[in-house]
Amino acid sequence: MSKYIIKRLIGMIPTLLVIVTLSFFIVRIAPGGPFDGERALPEVIKRNIEAKYHMDEPLIQQYGRYLFDVLRGDLGPSYKYKDHDVNSLIFNSLPNSIILGCMAMAVALVFGISLGITAALKQNTVLDYVPMALAALGLSIPLFVVGPLLQYIFAMQLKILPTSGWFMDGETTFATAVLPVVSLSFAYYADVARLTRSSMLETLRSDYIRTAKAKGMKQSTIIFKHAMKGAMLPIVSYLGPAFAGIITGSIVVEQVFRVPGLGKFFVQSSFNRDYTLIVGVVIVYSTILVIMNFLVDIVYSLLDPRITYK
Amino acid sequence: MKEFKNEDIILDVKELQTYFKTDAGILKAVDGVSFQVHRGETIGLVGESGCGKSVTNLSIMRLVPSPPGKIVGGEVLYEGEDILKLSEKELRNIRGNKISMIFQDPMSSLNPFLKISTQMIETITLHQKVSKQEAREKAIKMLGEVGIPSPEKRIDQYPHQFSGGMRQRVMIAMALSCNAEVLIADEPTTALDVTIQAQILELIGKMNEKFNTAVILITHDLGVVAGMCDNVCVMYAGKIVEKAPTDKLFKEPLHPYTEGLIASVPKLEDKGKKEKLFSIEGQPPNVIDLPPCCPFHPRCHKDIDVCHKCYPPTKQIDPDHSVSCWLYASEEEIAEALKEIK
Repeated sequence: MSKYIIKRLIGMIPTLLVIVTLSFFIVRIAPGGPFDGERALPEVIKRNIEAKYHMDEPLIQQYGRYLFDVLRGDLGPSYKYKDHDVNSLIFNSLPNSIILGCMAMAVALVFGISLGITAALKQNTVLDYVPMALAALGLSIPLFVVGPLLQYIFAMQLKILPTSGWFMDGETTFATAVLPVVSLSFAYYADVARLTRSSMLETLRSDYIRTAKAKGMKQSTIIFKHAMKGAMLPIVSYLGPAFAGIITGSIVVEQVFRVPGLGKFFVQSSFNRDYTLIVGVVIVYSTILVIMNFLVDIVYSLLDPRITYK
Repeated sequence: MKEFKNEDIILDVKELQTYFKTDAGILKAVDGVSFQVHRGETIGLVGESGCGKSVTNLSIMRLVPSPPGKIVGGEVLYEGEDILKLSEKELRNIRGNKISMIFQDPMSSLNPFLKISTQMIETITLHQKVSKQEAREKAIKMLGEVGIPSPEKRIDQYPHQFSGGMRQRVMIAMALSCNAEVLIADEPTTALDVTIQAQILELIGKMNEKFNTAVILITHDLGVVAGMCDNVCVMYAGKIVEKAPTDKLFKEPLHPYTEGLIASVPKLEDKGKKEKLFSIEGQPPNVIDLPPCCPFHPRCHKDIDVCHKCYPPTKQIDPDHSVSCWLYASEEEIAEALKEIK
């Protein structure tokens, strides 16, 4: 097992290298550059700026320089936010996104799994229809509707929660976290609940559950001891990529609730042709994704004894 | 040949009816099945796929998936008590304790996520007042009993580390670990290869003798029945069409369907003959919206007029041999049945 883990960790290096390389070149293919504006800069100034960021060198040399910096842990200067480098931009915003994402995922898992199981057990009753209707809403209503709607109801009308802000900024209370967490978790709840329901239904129909019933086991023992492990496998594989997505931030939720997270950089950096920031967030996201997938495989082997890694 | 007395009846299935609701109509999977199981008896339930053998036995354990299935009538008396009327808790006390079941596919019938020890110990501690340690010892003893080598080591393995035949042995050990009085074996050898089949059947026979466990053996293999069973029920389209002691059934089958089944078994003395093996023509009927006729008549070579119109009454030819076929009814009965229709 430890041999396998080491093998997998080493295997991440080429994966990430390919991602860095591809994104480095792809962003530079797009027309325009970081210093193009409404008004064209005088040729001399432009050349000076480009020289400052080594953009006058041949592309391959820039790539080599960038790669070397990345290996040292330096993601380079931001071309847009001149006072910041990419490292500080990411590491100031990422913790907010991680905390928001973890809380939202926890909420989604607690409600998704419990309601999904209930729905599977009480198939075709109210306890099935209501959670599943909610899940259908979660999947079909976009976040930019859910967010403002919650703000309107709970902040404007009922006045029990703040409209926006972020408790980690120090100025506001923890209550600011409630609405963004709820909005963000909604869609994930929908996925988890539907996955749990269908996989639980499938597991409950399997032969070994019939065996457990034939042995005289109690319903609750059958669910939690016999069916749970098998039913959780699809959830676990869903969680890997979903987790990587949720903790790297959502631009919509962060904009609507003024959460200073990483999400906005995914979009803004592309608009600004902020090459280093784009590649920076891509590196952060893909590193998390690769690690999550690795963790999923480990958890899989813990859940399912048939899977062993050598 | 074992003799069975009436007071030895342990399981008495009376007029059992299990229907499934489908979009196409009501599927009468089991429609008025009656039979008795005596202590220590091995009774065979034979018939083609879909004739209701498995559903009959799932109904006995109330394991029919519901919905869509539902036991709509009849009684299943275990030691005089109707299983169909028991509460969930009383039912659980019978399942796995008094009546155990082993299934067709040992590959999928054991929980792949749990160790054999977990699965066996939970069964024993559920039904008997023993400590985990005692249960474990008992489980190891049972595994040894069913012929699993070095059971004290194997018990801590997972099902996927066992071969198909070994898994079926584990299933049998688990089923008998609480000294069940009735073992329902639902095609226990269908998924296994031939040499293993013989071993598993031998094992079931051995357990039957050693623990005096009654066995309900569901199979479509008449060879298995001939070698194992004391009595046989032949099922067709959700009903028992003939019931007899095994040797009698093979010597003088009464129902044309039974005759056909026996004729379809290849015989050793036929070796070398160029003739084609006999087979019953046609397909078993769809049991949705079955007309009130004899369901076998389209495939029957001896069918008479009344077969197309009414279901035959069950005739007791001998005290231990009954058959549902118009060929054994009297002229008056036939006339009366025909009159009733008109």
